[in-house]
Amino acid sequence: MVSPDGSMSDIILEVSNLTVKIRGQTILDDVSFKLKRGKILAVIGPNGAGKSVLFKTLMNFLPHDGRIVWHGKVKIGYVPQRLSVGDIPISVREFLSFKKAVVKAGCLSADNCLNLVGLDFEELSDKQLGALSGGQLQRTLIAFAVMDLPNVLLFDEPTAGIDLDSEEAIYEMLNRLEKEHEMTILLISHDAHIVRDFSDYMLALNRKVIFFGESKEITNPSLLREIYGSETVLKTRELKV
Amino acid sequence: MIDGIAFGILTGVSVGFSAGYLGSLIVIKKMALVGDALSHVALPGLAIGILFGFNPFLGAFAFLFASAVAISHIEKVTRLSPETIVGALFTLALAIGILIMPEPELLEALFGDIASVGLLDTMFAVLFSAFAVILTRTIYKKIVLSLISEELAISTGINVSRVNLLYLLLVSLNVAIGIKVLGTLLVGFMLVVPAATAKNIANDMSKYSIFSSIFGAISAAFGIMLSSYMALPSGPSIVLSGIALFLVTVLFRWRKP
Repeated sequence: MVSPDGSMSDIILEVSNLTVKIRGQTILDDVSFKLKRGKILAVIGPNGAGKSVLFKTLMNFLPHDGRIVWHGKVKIGYVPQRLSVGDIPISVREFLSFKKAVVKAGCLSADNCLNLVGLDFEELSDKQLGALSGGQLQRTLIAFAVMDLPNVLLFDEPTAGIDLDSEEAIYEMLNRLEKEHEMTILLISHDAHIVRDFSDYMLALNRKVIFFGESKEITNPSLLREIYGSETVLKTRELKV
Repeated sequence: MIDGIAFGILTGVSVGFSAGYLGSLIVIKKMALVGDALSHVALPGLAIGILFGFNPFLGAFAFLFASAVAISHIEKVTRLSPETIVGALFTLALAIGILIMPEPELLEALFGDIASVGLLDTMFAVLFSAFAVILTRTIYKKIVLSLISEELAISTGINVSRVNLLYLLLVSLNVAIGIKVLGTLLVGFMLVVPAATAKNIANDMSKYSIFSSIFGAISAAFGIMLSSYMALPSGPSIVLSGIALFLVTVLFRWRKP
């Protein structure tokens, strides 16, 4: 499959016949798609559809069959779905400085990258990671991911477990990052309603590719039934971008 | 006698400081029981060293490191928790160690004997403790990031398996050098209690790791002085000092929830 309006020279990611098996079970089956540079791709699908496995495979964490080609010089920033902060007494400042210490060259300072995601360094730097609200934690994770100025951002469930206002604010911020820093963004979501208005393309997965195309095309009820296995109607909302 | 106490204190402080530093990672890894139980695995290694006439430290270190690597692999293959695997392994090691260890050395191996610490032991302990702290410092941030999210750490370019293996090696080294002072039954204390004490009062990682190292060193120094002046075994005296510090921080935490 080719990005609907994409010419080959603009392609940043090319996935062909990707199959992933974990302990003998097929999690992704013959997945193919291409993505243009500087666009936002939303990966949607029900639980167990293989969305997170797709991301881990794109980052080469998992063995696979098929081909994954990143074109040009690609630096990936990753925002995981879950953290195990538990009771680790790590402050926001330390969390960000640890990445700077590991990556060493070409990193933004902790206050710069927190400002970039709309957080106040003075207010949050000494706060423990485990004491942040859901929205603050997600923004801090994005700050961590963009610290070394990646050109691709992989975002696993950006709004899981946070309230609606924070959810919208995070999507607005991702849109801003995409435009101002020309990032290609891939994000996973359960929520086709919101990401339809926010993303350029959608990849609907249920182990196989059910749909790949422009996000505005996803309103077809029979397509939604095929993805989610039940009657689903998409609501429209406006984002302040 | 003064020299003996001085050697003992210097050895204990070195081991306590490095064990406190390395142990701060064990506690946030939620592997306190593993760290404690792992130390018992040294007993058969010590016994083999004594029986075959080579340095018991080398036997203990070899057994500890082999066990740590085995636990890590068995965990990956079976998906059993490390606690379960160590639970099985350490009782087996203790049983074998007690059966083959010559009786005169058994008590010293189990509980430590500060009187037997000489100049060479002290130099050995200071050198290896410093080595363990310096090397752990180079991987400390990487391990913390991998604990928060393994995928996040890998995406940052951290080789998680390699840093974990190096960490296990350093913990084994630290336990092996601590056995002389604390014995195999009590050396695990140094990896757990100073860190738990520090966690009660620290509000960031930097203070947490420094406090943990300092509490390890203080527990050892006070414990060895106590054992020397009251003619008590060194291991249990160090444990009592450390627990006293822990209780003080519990009270501190109680007053400032």
